[in-house]
Amino acid sequence: MLTLVESVNMALDHELDQDPEVVLLGQDIGKSGGVFRATAGLFAKHGKDRVLDTPLAESSIVGVSVGMASQGMRPVAEIQFMGFIFPAFNQIVTAVARMRNRTRGRITLPMVIRMPYGGGIHAPEHHSESTEALLAHIPGLKVVIPSNPGRAYGLLLAAIRDPDPVIFLEPKRVYRTEKQDIDNDGEAYPLESCFIDREGSDITLISWGAMMRETLQAATQMESEGVSCEVIDLVTISPIDVSTILESVEKTGRCVIIQEAPRAGGIASEIAAELSEKALLSLLAPIGRVTGYDTVMPYYRAEHRYMPNTQRIVDEIRKTMEFQ
Amino acid sequence: MPASKKSLLKKHETTSSLLPVADTIANFEIRYVQFLNAQAKIVNELPDFANDNDCLLELYRVMKTLQMFDHKVLLLHRMGKIGTYTGTLGQEAVGAGTASCLRNEDVFVPYYRSATDLYVRGVKLHEILLYWGGDERGSNFDDPRLKHDLPIPISIGTQLLHAAGVATAIKLRKQKDRAVLTMTGDGGTSEGDFYEAINIAGAWNLPMVIVINNNQWALSESNTAQTACQTLAQKAIAGGIEGIQVDGNDVIAVKATTQTALEKARNGGGPTLIEAVTYRLCAHTTIDNMDSYVDKQKYNSAAEQEPLIRLKKLLQTRELLDDSKERELELAIKQEIESEVEQFLQTPPPAPGDMFDYLYASLPERVAAQRDEVIQRENPDADIS
Repeated sequence: MLTLVESVNMALDHELDQDPEVVLLGQDIGKSGGVFRATAGLFAKHGKDRVLDTPLAESSIVGVSVGMASQGMRPVAEIQFMGFIFPAFNQIVTAVARMRNRTRGRITLPMVIRMPYGGGIHAPEHHSESTEALLAHIPGLKVVIPSNPGRAYGLLLAAIRDPDPVIFLEPKRVYRTEKQDIDNDGEAYPLESCFIDREGSDITLISWGAMMRETLQAATQMESEGVSCEVIDLVTISPIDVSTILESVEKTGRCVIIQEAPRAGGIASEIAAELSEKALLSLLAPIGRVTGYDTVMPYYRAEHRYMPNTQRIVDEIRKTMEFQ
Repeated sequence: MPASKKSLLKKHETTSSLLPVADTIANFEIRYVQFLNAQAKIVNELPDFANDNDCLLELYRVMKTLQMFDHKVLLLHRMGKIGTYTGTLGQEAVGAGTASCLRNEDVFVPYYRSATDLYVRGVKLHEILLYWGGDERGSNFDDPRLKHDLPIPISIGTQLLHAAGVATAIKLRKQKDRAVLTMTGDGGTSEGDFYEAINIAGAWNLPMVIVINNNQWALSESNTAQTACQTLAQKAIAGGIEGIQVDGNDVIAVKATTQTALEKARNGGGPTLIEAVTYRLCAHTTIDNMDSYVDKQKYNSAAEQEPLIRLKKLLQTRELLDDSKERELELAIKQEIESEVEQFLQTPPPAPGDMFDYLYASLPERVAAQRDEVIQRENPDADIS
């Protein structure tokens, strides 16, 4: 039985074993094994040429990964917290996302940038935000967020093997909350499709990452009230698997989207726009959104007020179900 | 309001001069390399390649080509045939001197004013024109020997970290005979990525050479607006790597220094930062007007020290070049440029779907629909498969 962070570790270990071009790099990922222990034991097993402790410089971590990937290596970079990605944003936007396009396919970047995201662990400022929409807005990237240990394993394998850059956001709040039995069989999951975690007929709930936990809890609660929820784990927030979502909403006629990130300009908005364009006549109620608020993420004494919880999701489902 | 207190320090006093210092724990110096001064006088014993007449003639041909190319591109721009171009006038020796030291197996990581290097490396002038003519295909170099070389980046300083990454790949793969050459302008040394690059190059002892083309101008800002440093080479000290300054108008000095630094890198000796001091004799780009910020007198004096004049004098002294040979050379270069320009002008625009075709290895369904729309808008009968 493995936790999500242990499954990340197992996937990294598997790919280090399988492919000599895979190299991990980041701050404190070597002997220390990473602040969340995602790379624990990998330095000892694979050595200093495969697991590199970098200087404390995010632009270096990403920029150096670009150079390595341009030569055919498969760097897997770790940014310690998503809140520290901003010094590397220039590299992500101006190089990572566009090298294939810039060279008309002559140079490609098979690289992964991993980072823990999201709130709920009582951390200092910049350690709790969910800014995935900023990344999803950049053409040329894939942005993937696993929600449980099994998915973290299969999706990380796929991300490392992908011929293009993948941003891999790890929901740190659920790093250790759930354990699953996972075979270390090297089987990757597709990055292009979302997962239907629960079939239902009355309403479609769409979420990703750590919020899947509360979303599934809300679905269970609503079942006792006689509401059948279909629950979709979006997984890849860019590019979005619109057809699976569309099929579900055309069936249920109702939809609530749950995200931890602020509401304005978020992924939930994008999904809602797609559905309003493509499924308007199937909709029996306005599309609901349960999100973080459009304000700065509060420090941890107040973060519980900011983050969507099961009650807020249940309230929104009820509102959507009651719409006349 | 309390009265402001006057500083107790006299004008040139430093902190350490006012303290009882126990010891000096580090000393640094920046050396300057020059062989051929502005008067074409040989001021140091020449390196071997400088006694190879063919080598010098080839350097001269390259520099002359880029000088003439610069004028031609400006004309093309005035005629509306090409967009912005970042000229290399006055800085030809930096490009010719550095790139001529590279071997096929080395990797070149350019910046946007690297046209001379790209040309020496084997990139065709029409590819450079395509790039600046608004066509990504200009970075899909024809020459298969260049498959590892990176494309021109516009974002300043980012390339230095890419170079560090390429050097990391070379080091991790234990490839002993390869090194990376990268470049930036003087303005680029104010960027965070510059400091990060020299830092990681030093910390990881990477096989790379960073060349600063110090052409005195970051667009309209002079060096004094950029830094308090006496030299840009001394910034290397902060990264714990070797820094050296060369006369960037002396192609022999640039080549000798780059060659030595690349050899050092290939032999595991680590990175070097080379500051090549030159002067931008053209505007920042074809759309910039330098009259507003350049002192005409200084410009004229810099123009007298530009790199071709002194090399030409040396070649004349050695009886390798006279007026008729010069005309012959110019004619050959003119033909090459005209033919490359023609190839550029004849290149049909990219196909409508082109902007989507290289986004990912396989295009996501959602984006594929947008591609179809673009194609069909342009050609309603198109087969979009």
